[in-house]
Amino acid sequence: MSNGSMEIKQISGHRGGTPGSGVSRDYDVCKLVDTTTCIGCKACEVACLEWNGYEFRETTFDNTYQTMPDTAWNFWNLIRFNESTDDSGNMMWLMRKDQCMHCADPGCLTACPADGAIVQYQNGIVDFNQENCIGCQYCVTGCPFNIPKFNSATKKVYKCTLCSDRVGAGLEPACIKSCPTGCLHFGSKEDMLDLANKRSAQLHANTSYKNAGVYDPEGVGGTHVIYVLHDKDNPEKYGGLPKYPAVPFFVKMWKGPLKWLGGIAMGMGIAAVFGHYVRYGPKSVDEHIDEGSQR
Amino acid sequence: MSSNIVVRHGTDLREGEVVRYTLVERMCHWVAGISYLYVLATGLALFTPYLYWLAYVLGGGPTIRFWHPWVGLVFVAGTWWMHKLWADDMHTTKEDIEWRKTVKDYVTNNDAKVAPAGHFNSGQKQFYWIMFYGASILLLTGLVMWFPELMPRKAHWVLPPVVFLHCVGALATIGAFIIHVYMGIFFVQGGLHGIIFGRVPTAWVRAHHPLWLQKAIKENRTRVSTTSFKGDR
Repeated sequence: MSNGSMEIKQISGHRGGTPGSGVSRDYDVCKLVDTTTCIGCKACEVACLEWNGYEFRETTFDNTYQTMPDTAWNFWNLIRFNESTDDSGNMMWLMRKDQCMHCADPGCLTACPADGAIVQYQNGIVDFNQENCIGCQYCVTGCPFNIPKFNSATKKVYKCTLCSDRVGAGLEPACIKSCPTGCLHFGSKEDMLDLANKRSAQLHANTSYKNAGVYDPEGVGGTHVIYVLHDKDNPEKYGGLPKYPAVPFFVKMWKGPLKWLGGIAMGMGIAAVFGHYVRYGPKSVDEHIDEGSQR
Repeated sequence: MSSNIVVRHGTDLREGEVVRYTLVERMCHWVAGISYLYVLATGLALFTPYLYWLAYVLGGGPTIRFWHPWVGLVFVAGTWWMHKLWADDMHTTKEDIEWRKTVKDYVTNNDAKVAPAGHFNSGQKQFYWIMFYGASILLLTGLVMWFPELMPRKAHWVLPPVVFLHCVGALATIGAFIIHVYMGIFFVQGGLHGIIFGRVPTAWVRAHHPLWLQKAIKENRTRVSTTSFKGDR
């Protein structure tokens, strides 16, 4: 682990065992988005643009609280707004902060053919290195969350970095800093899961959201962005959050069996024709057959 | 130029030679062949990290990502051109069925037992159709993969199977291509010379494509001319 160097080895002026030696904790990072306390203020959208240096894009008004229909190459953080009606006819406004989920099993990275264009750090952040990106958009093919976005001018793909530059310097992501309701939290995955479970227990105990729960999908090995949802069984109604996200089957087949079977088949094919040549050699043409022919 | 050379179908012909491929046929073959070599090399670079060095050799990842689809279109155009030239010669005949029964003798150089072949033998025809249908699959899937940014989100589910199919189609053509190159350059010597310069010895035709010789004479592909000497220098 990158933080292994900061574990205590020994301390000065101390008799006996070293307190704190071998003590470590999980340093994988996680963002917790509590949709039950999000008010859709979009401060996180602005903070994301400010920190990453992008102009605010033109918004589109669709008679709702939606800023624009989708994230974009220069707009990585979007509050998804949906009106929902529960079984007893109560209307709800659902707000979900949409951004890269930083999957433990990232489909974008699996699909990417470019050397070093996508990196997964030990702390769980999945980051794009645009200097190595070739613009093929296989990452779009591999992502179950519709996150990587292509810039037609630069021919590169962009997405949320989980503020890897800030996190690397010991800071929280920009969106976290801006949240006025405290619906955004940042810490280790273990701590955030603990907090998320406590929050859903609180919702069970004190509110009518008896189906509240944590969204940390197993299909992609868990994510480094997790949600608390009022209704964990229907994530789709939060702006299309997939219920069972996974790296697409055909991406797994393509990057798994097809890749190595294809490689073996090509190698064997070349070996086979070489072997055939060594055994049988070229066909010979009997020149004498030409004699007395109808030239 | 020696007066011993006549020109038939854009091909210099000496005594005892036959125009195996006309100038147009050769150009068509090499448009398809050279464009295929490029899409093969760049496609393999994107297929496996072990061959990504091909991307650097050919100008870098973004460069090959830009050119691969365009050169792919050239390859498809080449195969369609070839289809126009050769499709009539590529249908299975009853001679092909006989030839296939003796394919084992053909492969093991037991040539006396091999059934006679026409302009193309059955194996060449099979290679042709693999490349023709392979090109069709690669074109259809490749067009989808070219501009995914123009696809609506709801259509994104087609991308994984399309990419998968593109790879399967490519691998099928690669298998056929390995055999094609081996046959043309090594196994059936004179084949490469024939597809570059167009001419092969009459004895070569008698050995490999005996049923075609009469037709070649009729098409004025030999030194025997029953009609005119227009092509003579």
